[in-house]
Amino acid sequence: MKTENASSREAYLHDLRGYQTGLLLAVLLTVVPFGLVAWGGLSYVTAMSVVAVLAIVQIVVHVRYFLHVDLSPERRDDLHLILFSALLLAIMVAGSIWILVNLQTRMMMPM
Amino acid sequence: MTTEVLKPSRGYALIAENDVHHHDHGEKALSGFWLFMMSDLIIFGLFFATYLTTLNKMAIAGGPTPHDLFELKGAAMETAFLLASSFTFGLSSLAMKYDLGTSKVVGWLVVTLLLGAGFLFFEVSEFSRMFAEGAVPQRSGFLSAFFGLVPLHGAHVTAGCLWLIVMLVQIRVFGLTDAVKSRLMRLALFWHFLDVIWIGIFSAVYLAGVAQ
Repeated sequence: MKTENASSREAYLHDLRGYQTGLLLAVLLTVVPFGLVAWGGLSYVTAMSVVAVLAIVQIVVHVRYFLHVDLSPERRDDLHLILFSALLLAIMVAGSIWILVNLQTRMMMPM
Repeated sequence: MTTEVLKPSRGYALIAENDVHHHDHGEKALSGFWLFMMSDLIIFGLFFATYLTTLNKMAIAGGPTPHDLFELKGAAMETAFLLASSFTFGLSSLAMKYDLGTSKVVGWLVVTLLLGAGFLFFEVSEFSRMFAEGAVPQRSGFLSAFFGLVPLHGAHVTAGCLWLIVMLVQIRVFGLTDAVKSRLMRLALFWHFLDVIWIGIFSAVYLAGVAQ
C-alpha cells in the first residue's frame, strides 16, 4: 500500500512538473515578443517574423503540456486531427488572404 | 476447486472489461470534443483571415489605425490572466486525477473562474475605451473585423465561465462522480484551447498592431 502511495505521489509530481514546465515556457514565450515590441528596436518585418515563430512555438508548448497531445501512440489520433485541421486552416487562410490582397492590388491599379 | 479459482478471476475479468468500456466511453467523449474544438478552430481561423485582409488603408477607411487603438499594457494583462487561469485549471485537473480531495479541485476551479472573470473585465474595459474614442464596429472594415474576432474569443471565455459555474454546482449536488469528472475533463480541454487561440490574438492583433 505504501509503495503504491509513493508511486502515485511520484506520478503526481511528474504531472505537476509538466504543467510547471509548460507555464515557465509559456511565460518566456510571451514576455519575449511583448518585450521585443515594447523595445521597438527591430524593423516591422523582422519583429513580426520573430513574433510569428515564437507564437507557433508557444502553441506547440500549450498543446504538449496543457492539452497533453504528444508523439505517443495513444495520442496519435488527436495529433492527426490537429495536424489535418491545421492543414485545412492553412489552405483556407492563405487562400483568402491571397485572393483579397490580389483583388486589392487590382482595385488600386490606375485604369 | 477449479470453479472456485475461476470464479474470482472471471469476476475480475468482468470488472476489467467494464473498466475498458468505461475508459472507451471517456476516450470517445474526449475525441468527440476534439472534433468540436477543431471545427471551432476553423471558425477562429477564418475570422483571423478576415482580420488580416482588413489591415490596409482602404479597410481602415480613414478611421483609427491598429497603432492608434491598441496598447501593450492591456493586452499583457489579459494574456497574464488567461495564462494563469490555464495553469490553475491544470492544478484542478491534477487534484481530480490523483484524488487529492474535492475541496482542492473546487478551490482551483474557483481561482480559475476568478482569473477568467478578470480577463473578461480587462477586455470589456478595453472595448469601452475604444467605443469612447469612436472606434465602433461600424466605423471601418478593419474595426468590423476586429470586433468580429476578439469578442468572439471573449464570448467563448464567457461561455467557459458559465460552464465552470455549472460544473461547480454539479460538484456540489452530485459530488465528483465519473460523469462530472468526464465533463470537467472536456471543460479543461476547452479552457486550454481558448488560451491557444489567445496566443494568435495577442500576436496577430495586438503585437502586430502596436509594432506597426
